[in-house]
Amino acid sequence: MQYMTVTEAAAQRVKALLDKRGKPSAGVRIGVRSAGCSGLSYTLEYADEQGEHDEVVEDHGVTLLIDPKASMFLLGTEMDYVEDKLQSGFVFNNPNEKGRCGCGESFHI
Amino acid sequence: MQLLDIHEPGQTPVPHQEADVAVGIDLGTTNSLIAFSEDNAPEVVRDANGKGMVPSVVAYPDGANEPVVGDLARATILDDPHLVVSSVKRLMGRVLADLKTISGTLPYEIAEADEGQDRMVRLIVGEKHLTPVHVSADILRALRSRAEASLGKPVSKAVITVPAYFDDAARNATKDAARVAGLEVLRLVNEPTAAALAYGLDKGSEGVYAVYDLGGGTFDISILRMEKGVFQVLATGGDSALGGDDFDHAVVERFLAERRSETQSDELSTGDLKHALATARLAKECLTSQDDGEWILGAGDIETRHRLNRETFEELISSLVDRSIDICRDVLLDSGLGAEEIKGVVLVGGSTRVPLVRSRVAELFGQQPLADIDPDEVVALGAALQAEALTVGSDTLLLDVIPLSLGIETMGDLVEKVVPRNSPIPISRAQEFTTYQDGQAAMMIHVVQGERELASQCRSLARFELHGIPPMTAGAARIRVTFAVDADGLLTVSASEATTGVQQEVAVKPSYGLTDEEMVAMLKESMEHAKDDMQARVLAEARVEAERVLLSVASALEADGDLLDQSERAHIDQAMSAVVQACQHTDRDAINQNMENLELATKPFAEKRMDRGIRTALEGVNVDDLKQKVEAGQDETE
Repeated sequence: MQYMTVTEAAAQRVKALLDKRGKPSAGVRIGVRSAGCSGLSYTLEYADEQGEHDEVVEDHGVTLLIDPKASMFLLGTEMDYVEDKLQSGFVFNNPNEKGRCGCGESFHI
Repeated sequence: MQLLDIHEPGQTPVPHQEADVAVGIDLGTTNSLIAFSEDNAPEVVRDANGKGMVPSVVAYPDGANEPVVGDLARATILDDPHLVVSSVKRLMGRVLADLKTISGTLPYEIAEADEGQDRMVRLIVGEKHLTPVHVSADILRALRSRAEASLGKPVSKAVITVPAYFDDAARNATKDAARVAGLEVLRLVNEPTAAALAYGLDKGSEGVYAVYDLGGGTFDISILRMEKGVFQVLATGGDSALGGDDFDHAVVERFLAERRSETQSDELSTGDLKHALATARLAKECLTSQDDGEWILGAGDIETRHRLNRETFEELISSLVDRSIDICRDVLLDSGLGAEEIKGVVLVGGSTRVPLVRSRVAELFGQQPLADIDPDEVVALGAALQAEALTVGSDTLLLDVIPLSLGIETMGDLVEKVVPRNSPIPISRAQEFTTYQDGQAAMMIHVVQGERELASQCRSLARFELHGIPPMTAGAARIRVTFAVDADGLLTVSASEATTGVQQEVAVKPSYGLTDEEMVAMLKESMEHAKDDMQARVLAEARVEAERVLLSVASALEADGDLLDQSERAHIDQAMSAVVQACQHTDRDAINQNMENLELATKPFAEKRMDRGIRTALEGVNVDDLKQKVEAGQDETE
């Protein structure tokens, strides 16, 4: 089983963003930190280089680097890209989540 | 669902970063504290000396715009008693008519009523007339700026604690004071409840708890019932003139009696007495951990030595402690509970450190009281926890309850209670009333608050009339009176007659006499002052900076003045005196302008000094040595 999966839409968007960034990137780093009103929130950042203990996931041609501290929280998560008339952005469909705060900015496990 | 963007490394914004900082404030009669909680770990905000308590004393020096709050104000009490206000909490929400019952012992001058007895009391301080709200706001403002300086963030919200026996007027006065100080009150929490929260009793098992609060000048005992995370005040009692200060007096009297018999004279100045009192206080604090000690009174030219051991000390204060224990017994009786039904006892107030107090309390309740948390700080810590829970979110939310019953007056000066005390708010309750006389066409609805049975003994909140009742025999009309209290504790009363549907409604405002206009004026005043304060501050900062620079230029001239020729020196001297002159005026821009000139004027001098400094360092060193030196230097820095 894949550690994390990336949907086709998310992969397209990541590639486009990495191209636009205009400097070599090792991939996209995903982490989790304790913040927000419900306990935890995701961090999603460009990675300049691969960390020594990063979990590396390749899917649909993009490289995800998973912060080792976050790996337990993200097992089985699907990264998707959503676009509607008003907004667009990435979402994590994480089977480990037990709930989110009202605004959706943070979650708990 | 929150959608995410990819950010540059380390740039991911923290969610809810805009969330305001909320603090907990223990606004005490003698001392106040402010605390802040993060991740359920509350901490008291302290000054540079590690002191968390701020004396609730405000001084209004003649000619100064800014009041002085805290230790400094307390220090001036003896010199300028008429310009200093202390213990203002006792006047919160009081109107002149109330004062007859508590005055006599109050250390203030109260302004005569000019517009009836229903107006809030005013204190005469120097030439100013101040309301207790105003004075409390000054204390809150000082606490707030202390927290802002320590946290480095603006503080705009607070949970403030009030005594359990505070009525609506006193609570509203406290809220107003916070508003004037620029703080939004998230909630007023009863002091004993805050103490219980600090011990996490809300997460523990349900039951009845007692909170024994012996402060510097006041004693309070509260019996709380905790049920499903909600604390209800079952009974309270206390003595507003019993506290640790009385212990000090008992000790000082003994010391002075000993001194009299030794020196055969009792000439002591006020300053000496104050000093003796401080010594007595020290003795009390020492005897908390030590078994005995010796203290020296050095008034005048004569020194006297006084030995005191814990046993004697306990004899001295025993009757005082017993008084508090008797009050506890009465309150227990009031609540209809036996001491054995109390699940836990919480100690609050610095005077509960005295071992005798602890053992007496333990004896009465048959268990060791909770005392792990500093009893001076426990209330503020509980308030901070509640503030965090209200802003950041938590599952242990404390519900507000109505402190005193609300009802209406019925015939014969009787009170019919519609909303009983301790009902959690928001709440809405209705009750039906009827007419008293045949053909009665109108009905007076008199809303009162209090536990007493007679309306005249309760606090009157509002009066209104319901007209248009159709003529009926007495007792046939059905008039439904509805009391609604919203989440902020504001009461709306409506009455309607069932057959005609005639309705009347009134929003009850606290009737302690601070009008909306006065409120607005106070708020405006504080905002107007904000600008002056700001300007005064930047000016002071500019002056301090100028002084600092002048000093450093002067010392540089002292050291290396020989580098300058006469005209260069004159140029710098001129620029310096221009700065000195500008500092004597209040134009900050002029100061800054002259400071820039001075900087330009001293620049060549600074360069020359730099050259000389390097030359001195390199003197007599050849290139190889220098290389070694540089490498050695690197080693050192590594």
